[in-house]
Amino acid sequence: MNSIVCLKEVPDTEARIEVRDGKVVEEGIQYVVNPYDEFALEEALKWQEQNGGKVTLVSLGPERARESILKGLAMGADEVYHLSAEAFQNGDSYATAKALAAAISKLGEYDAIFCGRQAVDDDNAAVGIMLAEILDLPHVSVVSRLEIDIDAKSAKARRDIEGGQEVVELPLPAVITAQKGLNEPRYPSFRGIRQARQKPFVQWGLEDVGLAADEVGAAGSKLEIVAVLPPPERPAGRIIEGEPDEAARKVVHLLRDEAKVI
Amino acid sequence: MGNNVLVFAEQRDGILKKVAYEMLTAGAKLAADLGGSVEAVLVGSGLDGLPDMLAQYGATKVYVADDPALGLYSSEAYTDTLAALAGQVEPAVLLVGATAMGRDLAPRLAACLGVGLASDCTALEIDGGQLLATRPIFAGKALAQIKLNSNPQMATVRPNVLAVQEPDPGASATVEPIGAVTAQMRARVVEIAGAGEGEIDVAEADIIVSGGRGVGGPDGFEPIRHLAKTLGAAVGASRAAVDAGWIEHAHQVGQTGKTVTPNLYIACGISGAIQHLAGMKTSKVIVAVNKDPEAPIFKLANYGIVGDLFQVVPAMEEEFKKVLAE
Ligand SMILES: Cc1cc2nc3c(=O)[nH]c(=O)nc-3n(C[C@H](O)[C@H](O)[C@H](O)COP(=O)(O)OP(=O)(O)OC[C@H]3O[C@@H](n4cnc5c(N)ncnc54)[C@H](O)[C@@H]3O)c2cc1C
Ligand SMILES: Nc1ncnc2c1ncn2[C@@H]1O[C@H](COP(=O)(O)O)[C@@H](O)[C@H]1O
Repeated sequence: MNSIVCLKEVPDTEARIEVRDGKVVEEGIQYVVNPYDEFALEEALKWQEQNGGKVTLVSLGPERARESILKGLAMGADEVYHLSAEAFQNGDSYATAKALAAAISKLGEYDAIFCGRQAVDDDNAAVGIMLAEILDLPHVSVVSRLEIDIDAKSAKARRDIEGGQEVVELPLPAVITAQKGLNEPRYPSFRGIRQARQKPFVQWGLEDVGLAADEVGAAGSKLEIVAVLPPPERPAGRIIEGEPDEAARKVVHLLRDEAKVI
Repeated sequence: MGNNVLVFAEQRDGILKKVAYEMLTAGAKLAADLGGSVEAVLVGSGLDGLPDMLAQYGATKVYVADDPALGLYSSEAYTDTLAALAGQVEPAVLLVGATAMGRDLAPRLAACLGVGLASDCTALEIDGGQLLATRPIFAGKALAQIKLNSNPQMATVRPNVLAVQEPDPGASATVEPIGAVTAQMRARVVEIAGAGEGEIDVAEADIIVSGGRGVGGPDGFEPIRHLAKTLGAAVGASRAAVDAGWIEHAHQVGQTGKTVTPNLYIACGISGAIQHLAGMKTSKVIVAVNKDPEAPIFKLANYGIVGDLFQVVPAMEEEFKKVLAE
């Protein structure tokens, strides 16, 4: 079973995001593999262990992303295609999906494309699903349980919805976006880390995927960020004094009379 | 391109999502600024009566794709049906709720139409004849203001954030049946599991009572559940409680859980890590119960109680019972 995993580098979830002059300040931010993409990769590796085949990483991002991508190789992926050219960068979900789709089309046969449910920087939760439409594949998103029958080339997935789960059946190849709970991503072993640097790491530019500069990146985007603002401040918190039961009673009355939420 | 705003009015089992009303209310204002009107589209099976409801919240026209094949959500058939409609009526703005269904459908539809998408927006306005959408990025650590340079200008809208107008019982709308496009349905929903157990989902709740590592174990959620029941609230949890196996992941609030915007969020035994705050800091009113006066959650809470949750939570419940009975 051959799988493609779309892996994005994002700021660490601990990172303080500072907005200055309508932009996010990039200095001092630590970057990591998008947490949901680790679930995606783990799932691909798990099915590879059962069914054989290859796990290929595809990542669009700046040169800087190399270290994060190496972690994917250290976890066990076989090879990487990195869309590192400047022209690919700073695109919206559509331009990013388009570039990833063009790259994936060059990669030969595959059974599944695994993505994260969402990237925790832009929080769009869109690229994987757009990829499916562009490649004319079925998809299932926010998957917390997956069974694959590789002989029948089909999959059965559970995806989280409000108050329950949808059970979805679909033929392969398909796009699957991973939710937390799907699996427990492994830690890279020492051996894995050592081997990572020997694995094929291919950097691709526009010619390699066959797209023009105005189709991808910022130029190919259909969305323009007019401004980035800091979030609205919340009023400073207030501690309600008193013994626990007394404070509890006071808060209930404040919720009714002052905050008017009950 | 027209001047109208088209709202995808999500329903499941004949029940409309509240976010449909929120989008109609916001959409009416956008449409007025564009010199058009707000219209709605229903997709599903057995939709009688629903167009009237949408009319009461401002829809002037309701397109209805009513077909047994659309009874359960299908990413492909819903996309193709809506793409055909959008091609025909050319709305200026197309809004979809940022629900489980909407967040699955909208990206596929946007890619099918070849347009941009502003996801999970929390404010919408018209600026210079164009949609200006505001959306949280970096888990709410910043806000981005976005314009879309393709038509329709497509956005998904976060539930529970935008105001709903009073319904007008006298209002009516033109109803126009449209064809279902079901030629391609490779991914099929075969079953809905776990629904109907009477639990309220945190993503849809007006009030959430949440427990963290401070509850100490699976049984520690009992007082939380009791309080939630008294308030008709959903039960939330921190990742620490979920990862410990005390409660299912569906309850997790935060960056790798659900983003919630209830009127009232009561955090019990939760320290207030940045990834938890990411999921709940846009709650209208926050109450924190924690025995550590230095817990970061107190910086955010409108009302903080320093104390043992096993004492405070039952005392709150008792008092709520009295107040609610008044
Ligand atoms: C990539 C990533 C994603 C993450 N995503 C999420 C997420 O989506 N959601 C999330 O919640 N976390 C998330 N986290 C984890 C987060 O960093 C914290 O570890 C977690 O939120 C801590 O949970 P907690 O507040 O319940 O536990 P703790 O931080 O251990 O806090 C427990 C609190 O309970 C208090 N307490 C103890 N006993 C009592 C008592 N009897 N009465 C009152 N108070 C008491 C203590 O004083 C303490 O403040 C994520 C982390 C990472 C790295
Ligand atoms: N630049 C990128 N490179 C590789 N994969 C990406 C990229 N952007 C998004 N993805 C994939 O699409 C998923 C959803 O991302 P998003 O739509 O940005 O929230 C991510 O979890 C990744 O699997």
